[in-house]
Amino acid sequence: MRLIKQNIEQKDGSGTATLLPEEPEDMWHAYNLIRPNDLLRASAVRKIIQESGSGSRSVDRVHTTLTIRVTKLDFDPQASQLHVSGRVAEENKHVKLGSYHTLDLELQRNFTLEKNEGWDSVAIDTLKESINQDAKAQLWAVVMQEGLANICLITDHQTILRQRVETSLPKKRAGSSDHDKSVQRFYQTTYDSLLRQIDLSDPKPLLLASPGFTASSFQQFIKTQAASGANKQLQQLLQKIIVAHSASAHLHSLSEVLASPAVTSKLSDTKFARETQLMDRFFELMRNDDARAWYGPKECEAAVERAAVGKGGGVLLISNALFRSQEIKTRQRWVKLVDEVKEQGGEVRVLSSMHESGKRLEGLGGIAAILTYPIEDLGDEIEENGEEDDAWMNGDGNGHMNGIEGRREYDEDIDI
Amino acid sequence: MSSTGSTDSAKSTRKTGDGLAKKTEKLKLDEAQSATPSPPKVKSKGLDVPKLWSESKDTRKSAAAFVVIGHVDHGKSTLMGRLLLDAGAVAQRDIDKYKKQATELNKSSFALAWVMDTGSEERERGVTVDIAQHPFQTANTDFTILDAPGHRDFVPNMLAGATMADLAVLVVDANQLESGMKGQTKEHILLAKACGLSKVVVAVNKLDATAPKAWDEQTFHHVKAEVGKLLQSVGFEKEDVLYVPCSGLGGTNVVNPAPSSGDTAWVTGASGTLLHHLESSPAASPADDQVKAPLRMQIADVFRGSITNPLSVSGRIAAGNVQVGDIVVIQPSGEKATIRGIEVSSEPGDWAVATELCTLHLADIDPVHLRAGDVLCSTAQPVGVIRSFVTQVEVLEPLLPQGVDVHVGRLHVPGSVAALISTVDAKGEVVRKKPRVAKAGETANVKVVLETGAPLPVGERVVLRSGGSTVASGRVGSVSVGR
Repeated sequence: MRLIKQNIEQKDGSGTATLLPEEPEDMWHAYNLIRPNDLLRASAVRKIIQESGSGSRSVDRVHTTLTIRVTKLDFDPQASQLHVSGRVAEENKHVKLGSYHTLDLELQRNFTLEKNEGWDSVAIDTLKESINQDAKAQLWAVVMQEGLANICLITDHQTILRQRVETSLPKKRAGSSDHDKSVQRFYQTTYDSLLRQIDLSDPKPLLLASPGFTASSFQQFIKTQAASGANKQLQQLLQKIIVAHSASAHLHSLSEVLASPAVTSKLSDTKFARETQLMDRFFELMRNDDARAWYGPKECEAAVERAAVGKGGGVLLISNALFRSQEIKTRQRWVKLVDEVKEQGGEVRVLSSMHESGKRLEGLGGIAAILTYPIEDLGDEIEENGEEDDAWMNGDGNGHMNGIEGRREYDEDIDI
Repeated sequence: MSSTGSTDSAKSTRKTGDGLAKKTEKLKLDEAQSATPSPPKVKSKGLDVPKLWSESKDTRKSAAAFVVIGHVDHGKSTLMGRLLLDAGAVAQRDIDKYKKQATELNKSSFALAWVMDTGSEERERGVTVDIAQHPFQTANTDFTILDAPGHRDFVPNMLAGATMADLAVLVVDANQLESGMKGQTKEHILLAKACGLSKVVVAVNKLDATAPKAWDEQTFHHVKAEVGKLLQSVGFEKEDVLYVPCSGLGGTNVVNPAPSSGDTAWVTGASGTLLHHLESSPAASPADDQVKAPLRMQIADVFRGSITNPLSVSGRIAAGNVQVGDIVVIQPSGEKATIRGIEVSSEPGDWAVATELCTLHLADIDPVHLRAGDVLCSTAQPVGVIRSFVTQVEVLEPLLPQGVDVHVGRLHVPGSVAALISTVDAKGEVVRKKPRVAKAGETANVKVVLETGAPLPVGERVVLRSGGSTVASGRVGSVSVGR
C-alpha cells in the first residue's frame, strides 16, 4: 500500500491517512486498519432512483465519492476483497445523510481513513507495516498425500488456500494397475490446478510437502511434464521447487513445514518464519510444562502486571484478530497490554490470524506469552478470581468475549 | 457418448471402453434390453440373516484377520511372504519370478516381501506404503493377513489395518530392538491397544542373523523381556501375548518347525511355529447383539471389482448384518446405494455379518459419493455426521489446545483440540479443571472440533495425531452436530 498523505497527530492520534492499495494483500491490511465507527472516504458507484412528478422512475448509476461511518466489514480472503458497510456521514447532491452504503475498496483507488477513537499504537504499527514497500516474500505451497492436495499461497501476512484437490484412489491390489493409474491421474489433476493458479512468467518458489514420497514423485511428474511439453517457462519453475516433509496433507501441517531447515534456509528473515519459530518455542516450553510459558487473556495480563514480559527474552504473542474486536473497550484492553510490554522492553509479535502460526495461537485464546522468569501459580490465582472471564477455555463462552472475531463458536448443549 | 451405437441400443446410457470391449458390451446390452427395458433391480431374498448365522455357526470354519505391525525394516512383509509361500497360498514359481525381477533392482532379498508389496513405488523403494490384504487357508481356519507399513509416515495406513483385525502380529528384529522401541514398535503397540486389539503374537524375527552366533537363545529372551515389559505397561494382559522365535527370510519356525538339532535346538522346546500360534488364537465370534445391531461398516477401499461389478467397496463390518438387495446409506454424503453382491474371503455369498471382512458390490450410486473412510450404514439408523465431540483420552504426548488430525481407521479429518476440560485419575475423579497442559501419561477430558463433518458414532475409538506422532487416543464420548 502506498501512503498518499497523512496528518496524524502524535499526541492524541487524531487525523487522517490517505492510502492507495496496490496489490491484493493490501486489502488484508485495510481490513485490519478499518474498524467500526471509523470514517472512511472512498470512491463509490451509487444507484440513484429518481421519481418524476408523473410517477415514472429513472435509474442512474453515478460515480461519486462518499464518506461513511463504518458499521460492518466483510473480508473475502479467497478473492482478496473488502466490503465496508456504513452510513453516509457527509451529504452530497446524490446521497442523503444517514443512508446506507457499502463501499467495495478497489485496487489503485485512494481511500481516506479517520479513526473514531484516534490512531492508537497498534493502528500506527499496522499502518507502518502496510506501507512497507520492501520486497515481499511469496511462495506457493502444495501440501499433499496420495489422493489429497492443498494448494496454497503464502505471503508475509496470509496463507490462502487456493484450491483443494481430493480424489478417491483405489488402494493397491495384487494384479491390478488401477492404483498406479489413478495416482498418475491425481498428479495430473493437481498439476493442472496448480498451473491455473500460479503465474509462470514470474515464478515464485514452489514448496511441495508430503509424508512419504508423494511430494518427490510429484516433483518428478512436473519434471517429466516440463521435459515433454513445449512450455519453456516450466523449466524456470523447476529450479524453484523445494521438496519438504510434512506429517499430513492437512493445512495445519504447514507450520511444521515452514519451520523445517530446508524451507527456512530459503526464506530466512521472513516474518512468518520468525513467527513460526516463536510459536514452536512456546509450544516446546508448554510441553515441558515450563512455568515461563502461559497462554490465555487473563494469564497474560497477570504476567504483564507482574512485569514478567519484559527485557531479556519476554515475548508477547498476540493475534491480530483480537484487535478487530467490535467492542472499543476490548480493543483498548489489548492495545494497553501491548503498550505495557513495549514499555517494559519486551518483544511484541502481532501474528496474522490468516497464517498457520496465528491459527495455532487462536486455539490458545489468541494470546500467549513467554516470560522472563517462571511464575508457577499464575493459573491458580486466576482460577480464584476470574471464573467468569475465562469461560472461553471451556469452549462454552461466546467467542466474541475476548474479541476474537471469526473464532469458532461452540455449541453449549452437547447432545448424544 | 459413442457414435457407433446402433439405433436400438442408442438409449442405453452405459457405454465405456473401446474396440473389442465395446462390441462385446453392445451385444450384452442388446440382450439385456430385449428382456428388461430398465437396468434390473436387485431383488432382496428377505433372509433372516441373524438366524442363518447362528444356524451355520457350528459348521463354519473359524476365521481370523491379523494385522502385522512393527518398526520399519523389521521384516514384516518378508515374514508374511514366507508364511504364504510355506502355507501353500503362493506358488514357488511366483516367488522365483519376483526374485528375478528383484535381483535386477539389486534387491534380491526383497523377493518374499513383494508378495505383499505389490505397488510399483513400494517395490522400487523397498518400503511398504499401504496395507496389503491377503487371504489364506489352513485346515481349520480362514486367515486374512493385513500387512501394515512400518514407516512412521504411513502410520495412518497402519491404523486402517489395525481397525480391521482381530489380533496383531508384532514383528521385532532381534538385532534392532533399540530402534524399534523408540520408534514404531512402540507406537504400533500403543495404536493396536487404542484400536481395541487385545491379543498379540510377537514374532522375534531375524534370529538367524544374531551376532556373534546365529540363533542366540539369550537374545530371544532379552527381546521377549523388553517387549513384554512394554506390552504390559500399555495394558496388554500377560496371557494374551505369545512369543515366537523365527526367521522370515530363512523360513525357520514360520510354518515349518525349526530343525531340532544344531543352533536351533532350543527353539522347538521354547515354542511352536508362528502358524501354530496363530491357529491357537482364534478370534472370538461376534455376540448376538452385535449381529442384530444396525449395520455399520467403514469403507477401507473403493475400487472397480470387475467388469460386471464396476463399483465395489471393502471393509470390516463393525456391527449388524447385510444381505444382497439391501439398501444402505453412505455417510457423510447421505447417498443411498443398493447391494448387488457380497463376497466374504473371495467367496460370493448372500449375506455377511459383523466382524467379517467383506467386499460389497454396489449399484445405484455415483462413485463420487464414496471415499475410503466413509461409513456404510443401515437406512433405518444411519450414523450421524458430527462436527465436534468430547472424549476422554489417554495422553501420550503433552497436549494443549492445538491442531490435530483425528484418525478413525481409514478416516482422517483435520481438527483441533478446542479445550482441555479436565484431567482425571484412574478412578475417574477430576484432578484438575481446565489444566493449561495435559501431560503424557495423564487421562484428560478434551473437546475436539472437526473442520469438516465426519460420521462418528458414540463409543468409536479415535486416535489424535499431530506433527507425525500420536498424541492421544480415546473413545468418542458425547457428540454434537454443531461446533
